[in-house]
Amino acid sequence: MTGVKGMLGAVVTAPLVALARVLEVPLRLWQRLTGQGGMVAFFLLPNMAIFTLFVLLPLVINIAYSMTTGAALFLPERTYVGAAQYERLLRCTDYTNLMTCQEDQFWIALRNTGTFVVLQVTLLIVAATITALILNRALRALSFWRAVFFFPVLLSPVVVGLIWRWILDRNGVLNAALVGMGMDPVNWLLERNYAFSAAIGVTIWAHLGFFALILLAGLQAIPRDLYEAAEMDGTKPARVFWRITLPLLMPNMLVVIVLALIRAVQVFDEAYVLTGGGPGTATLFLTQYIYEVGFASLLKNPGLAAAASILMGGVLIVLTLLQLALGKRNERKGRLK
Amino acid sequence: MSRALAFLTRRKGGDAWDWTDVFTFLWLGSAVFIMFGPALWLVLSSFKSPAQLAEFPPTLLPYEAQTVVVEGFDRPLPLFSVTDEAGTRTLAEVRRVGTVAQMVDPENPGEVQRVNIANRTPVREVGFSWGNYLDPFLRFDFLNYTKNSIFVTGVATLITLLTNSMAAFALSKYEFRGRGFVVVLIIATLMIPLSVILVPLYSIVSGVGLINSLWGVILPTVATPTGVFLLRQYMLTIPDELLEAARMDHASEWQIYWRIVLPLTAPALAVLAIFSVVWRWNDFLWPLIVLSRQEVYTLQVGLNAYAGELNVQWHYLLAMTVITMIPVVLVFIFLQRFITAGIAGTGLK
Repeated sequence: MTGVKGMLGAVVTAPLVALARVLEVPLRLWQRLTGQGGMVAFFLLPNMAIFTLFVLLPLVINIAYSMTTGAALFLPERTYVGAAQYERLLRCTDYTNLMTCQEDQFWIALRNTGTFVVLQVTLLIVAATITALILNRALRALSFWRAVFFFPVLLSPVVVGLIWRWILDRNGVLNAALVGMGMDPVNWLLERNYAFSAAIGVTIWAHLGFFALILLAGLQAIPRDLYEAAEMDGTKPARVFWRITLPLLMPNMLVVIVLALIRAVQVFDEAYVLTGGGPGTATLFLTQYIYEVGFASLLKNPGLAAAASILMGGVLIVLTLLQLALGKRNERKGRLK
Repeated sequence: MSRALAFLTRRKGGDAWDWTDVFTFLWLGSAVFIMFGPALWLVLSSFKSPAQLAEFPPTLLPYEAQTVVVEGFDRPLPLFSVTDEAGTRTLAEVRRVGTVAQMVDPENPGEVQRVNIANRTPVREVGFSWGNYLDPFLRFDFLNYTKNSIFVTGVATLITLLTNSMAAFALSKYEFRGRGFVVVLIIATLMIPLSVILVPLYSIVSGVGLINSLWGVILPTVATPTGVFLLRQYMLTIPDELLEAARMDHASEWQIYWRIVLPLTAPALAVLAIFSVVWRWNDFLWPLIVLSRQEVYTLQVGLNAYAGELNVQWHYLLAMTVITMIPVVLVFIFLQRFITAGIAGTGLK
């Protein structure tokens, strides 16, 4: 273990150490010329330059971008159209029938994403809570069990998508099991409701361990003497759960719920590799809509994609602010203790 | 029997089993099956030949048809086990005409027997189709994809560690005007996902001429606010007296950074390095957009392109999926403790 760690560490640090040594003399000179202020600038510059160019700038020009039209890539070459892209996205002649919307694909993606978020987050949180409660039961070989649930978290979304595509294939092992039990095989990825359920199930499979781990950390922080006191009073287990475990787990639980919501709103890669958005538009989600309108379809419309991404960003900002507020509240509570 | 059962179900403290124990047992039991099963099935399937992958229902283990070299025939003949009125015997097939197979006994190749194909089953034994793994590297571009993925992962991680730790150092150990603003800015963008800035980011990357370049994949990902945030939180716990003492000894600010602060930040750097490797290795959406030429595909993009073909060659695809999975599985096996500690402590992912 230490051998592997040491070797990995050496491989990573060797080039950095060499670089640091080379820089020592010129930087001493720079420090003499510009003082500490110059050094602060030097330390900040690389990261902030990349950050500004590739995170801040896109964020700012995205708004401008969403108010332009045409196929040109660069902002100055694009035609200003005001809120026309938003209007196009949001206009429907009859809001009870999505097919009458100008951008019916956007509305379908919106509806699919909404349904997905509600179902996936609910099931995911319930499963993660059960898993955390079970892992918290002073099991033997806890690290093994933790690994069982955590293992898929690190897999790439493409790998996850392909693993399950292979299992859910028409001639896949799941259908073989069904036939073996005397049932009819099912076209898992080619029937709307099954494909949608598969997207939910597969994303839960991939992320369950991550959320269970955060909840487990919360459970382990609950003082044992509370449980001992409850036991001495002869409190029923269900009551212990509702009166002790859940309230004390709440801070972690809220963070986990918001994190799960943020992720679910952006669902893309696993589902895309699994179903490609199909059958038809049954598993078309917002991020895929943005990707297709902005990059993949023949009639590219970057302005429309930018407008859609800003609408999605709005939802995410609300969720993020919620998370920061919750984090602050937890911090204050922690300090009070 | 009942005593054995009582022994097996005995619990610490002598309590009786209640429904929560049964539930725990069921939950963990099915978890082993559901969590490990799919990956295991992928690995087993990746060693099967195309003909075997098309079989329904599939076999658990990969098998290979046995062949035999028979005198008087140039190529090896497939072996079959034949059962009919004449009894059960092992024969080699010469050719097949309609529903009748012409077969010979390998011991006695002179006499050709006619067998109904319903009466024969191929003789197989467990065998691995290593070609599934070799061919994509030799005949297709997968060697290239792998190199690209390794390059992106390695370079991005090195740059991430260097730039993030420098910025975190400046933001934690110096007082300057606008420091609070920069910190707030970084925290505010902590949660801005890529999918929100796809379109303008593409125009910027294209503006600096990095479309279809691996650097176009690397650079937008390296200034991770998460990394700066994590390292800064850690560096804040390093006492300033250490830095003051070094300044007394005429250490330059740069030396203080890399000789004093960096070594003390090693645990946080290790966590960031592990996460960066996993993130960059697994990145999909952004490489998918930036890389449209096959020579620059990373493994993830290459796999997706391969899976999207009209006629999916599953035997190659499955093997390459296993290859793509290997580095992450190694990271998981050796460094699991760092990762779980990192997540439980910071909610990082």
